[in-house]
Amino acid sequence: MNELPLTALLASVLATAAPLIIATLGETITEKAGVINLSLDGSLLLSAMIAFMVGFETGSFTLGFAAGAVTGAAIALLVGFFGIYLGQLQVAVGFALTLMCKDLAYFLGNPYSRLQGPQLISWKIPGLSEIPFFGPILFQQPLPVYMGLLLIPAVWWYFYRTSRGLELRAVGENPEACYTRGIDPRRKQILYIVIGGALVGLAGAAFSLGIKPGWGRPQGIEGLGWIALAIVIFGGWHPIRVALGAFLFAFLQVMGIVLQGIWTGIPAQVFQMAPFPLMILALVLINLLQYKGVQRWLEDKPGLALLVDKLRGAPPRALGKTFHPD
Amino acid sequence: MQVELQQIHKRFGKNHALKGVDLKVEAGTIHGLVGENGAGKSTLMKILTGYLSRTQGRILLDGREMAEADPATAAKSGIGMLYQEPQDFPPLTVLENFMVGRDAEPDSDRDRQRQRLNDLAGGLHFQLDPALKLEKLTVGERQQLELLRLLGRGVQVLILDEPTTGISDRQKERLFGALHQIRDQGRTILLVSHKLEDVVALCDRVTVLRHGMVTGEAQAPFQVPRLLEMMFDKPPETDTRSEAAARGEPLLSFDQVSADGERTGLSECNLTIHRREVVGLAGLSGSGQGLFLRLAAALDKPARGKIRTLGNDLGNMGHREFRQAGGCFLPADRLEEGLIPGFTVQDHFALAHNCGMATAKVLAAEAISQFRIRGHPHTTAESLSGGNQQRLLLSLMPPDASLALLENPTRGLDMESARLVWEHLRRQFASRGAIVFSSAELDEILNIADRVLVFFDGRIVRDLPIGELDYQDVAAAMTGK
Repeated sequence: MNELPLTALLASVLATAAPLIIATLGETITEKAGVINLSLDGSLLLSAMIAFMVGFETGSFTLGFAAGAVTGAAIALLVGFFGIYLGQLQVAVGFALTLMCKDLAYFLGNPYSRLQGPQLISWKIPGLSEIPFFGPILFQQPLPVYMGLLLIPAVWWYFYRTSRGLELRAVGENPEACYTRGIDPRRKQILYIVIGGALVGLAGAAFSLGIKPGWGRPQGIEGLGWIALAIVIFGGWHPIRVALGAFLFAFLQVMGIVLQGIWTGIPAQVFQMAPFPLMILALVLINLLQYKGVQRWLEDKPGLALLVDKLRGAPPRALGKTFHPD
Repeated sequence: MQVELQQIHKRFGKNHALKGVDLKVEAGTIHGLVGENGAGKSTLMKILTGYLSRTQGRILLDGREMAEADPATAAKSGIGMLYQEPQDFPPLTVLENFMVGRDAEPDSDRDRQRQRLNDLAGGLHFQLDPALKLEKLTVGERQQLELLRLLGRGVQVLILDEPTTGISDRQKERLFGALHQIRDQGRTILLVSHKLEDVVALCDRVTVLRHGMVTGEAQAPFQVPRLLEMMFDKPPETDTRSEAAARGEPLLSFDQVSADGERTGLSECNLTIHRREVVGLAGLSGSGQGLFLRLAAALDKPARGKIRTLGNDLGNMGHREFRQAGGCFLPADRLEEGLIPGFTVQDHFALAHNCGMATAKVLAAEAISQFRIRGHPHTTAESLSGGNQQRLLLSLMPPDASLALLENPTRGLDMESARLVWEHLRRQFASRGAIVFSSAELDEILNIADRVLVFFDGRIVRDLPIGELDYQDVAAAMTGK
């Protein structure tokens, strides 16, 4: 592993994690408000494709990212409208849209396949990027990485320190009670599914314009949407724990690529596939921490117990449900 | 604030729940609204708070008409309601629960809000820790918090829907003290309850509802028998009972049985039911009758005590064994527990009798004519009307059962169908076994049963043979008097 120094390894974990963080936090916002947007995998693909297409045609990153965000938001709006206002099963609508968006992305994106398009370059933050070790990891990255990193405290702050964030959580817990207190739960839910969807769209753009540049079939990000959904669940709908999950997955993916170069005897597919089951295993282990036996074992370890307690999370009680006033 | 409701009507589909209710409540009084379950009390109050829309009618606040509103607008006019189902957020903290809401000027400053909460709590002698998660609180404490929140929003009209359900006596005392204090500040309180003891202790004036209509009003001091007369229908003087037959051997016995469930649970239940008895379970819904039947049918397990059914110890018996021993249970939730939506009438017979479709069709056709079910063998269960679903359920009961446990067996049937059903049930079961049934209609119990058990708050408060039974006494026992 000598040819790959630690800084480069960590920098690439961060870069790989960033779009995933943006997408998982988007879904966290959506689900915290009590709606499930299951279209994540298709949303990511379609917004990645459209962002690349717009970026390629206009040469503008701003327009490319905007197109990605609008695509994600539009798909989320569909899920929200059918699920919240027309009373359809949110999971079913989301699933159908996943499949549709995926096929649509490959169909519409065909002319742009394997083209050399615009790619974001790293943006060195003056001064900070000179810091030894941390500089190259944290402050010589493409824009989406800064976006993802800043989003973590921002979402946490919004959820737990603002009154609108409190309303968001309240709607996810009990929309009926919100209605009796003068908050329109359906409007809130539509708002947050659209915001969450826009973030998912930004994540898609971050892939095709930066982290995994270009468009092709099969697209390297296929399947990531499903992992993102799993990370939100195992992350207990808590922004920080969810972000940690995204980091872990990115770490596994990068390690896969690194080890592929070292153990050349093992088929490459094993390394490409391994992060997925390993991720699920890791998430299951994290969840096991909440079992009674583990909790008892933690009793005489106050520091660790506090950490586990901070990380635990329960699903929003009204997840997938909404309230229709008389 | 003076509140006046004029000619309020509410329809839920075909159901005419409120039929022109007039109600006038003076400022600075505690006004009680009493009636049986389903009389329309909660519906009326939810219309006042804007939670439900009204089909027809006017609402006047201090003489000014209030337009159709949602809860937020009603709240801004000064109306707040403590709902029977707590409308709060258990995973959030006490302080967060206090803060959520757009029904007043929002203020996201946590320190200021904590101070307000503490001040309000101190004023009414409540003790609540703002940092605690709400799910760690008792029902009574959650209610106290909601009360403080409403007061903090400056409500002038406070509606409480069954506030004494599920709270301790001490909390009830606190609540009543607080309510007197709130009234003396000049605010108006509307108290919805079916517990007459609470109403008598607290209210200045009472309005009685029955079947969606006002049947009377009274001023404190109240005469309980008068209120009871207005609450319940007088029993008609008819009797379908045949000569009472001699009791047989015990079929069902409860020995010191306690159990959790429903709202009230069941405590210390002792009794024996014998062959050839028809036992009616009276009580306001949710007083423990349902749980009693489910325990007897081995669908629930008691926390303490021993139940013997049909000569077997229920300790190691499931519902399957209960049925094999000759028991049968008819649940109240027709489509959830009794029938299978999507299955046709003949499918149900095929399942119940474990027979082929041809036989099932014959059985179904027989049952349709015998029980006058309006439908065909190929009609699905959910497309039958409520009354016809009930007939189908009755026709599916095994004819040789020796212990029939029936939850509201004639619910949704008109008088004539109910009479037919009871003739059939008596002929089929009462001669060979025992029938235990609950009913929301006190009349039905008094007309049908040989023996009446009255449930209140999870206890059997009366156990009387029909001959010794006094209508007034049963009605009073049902409301805890």
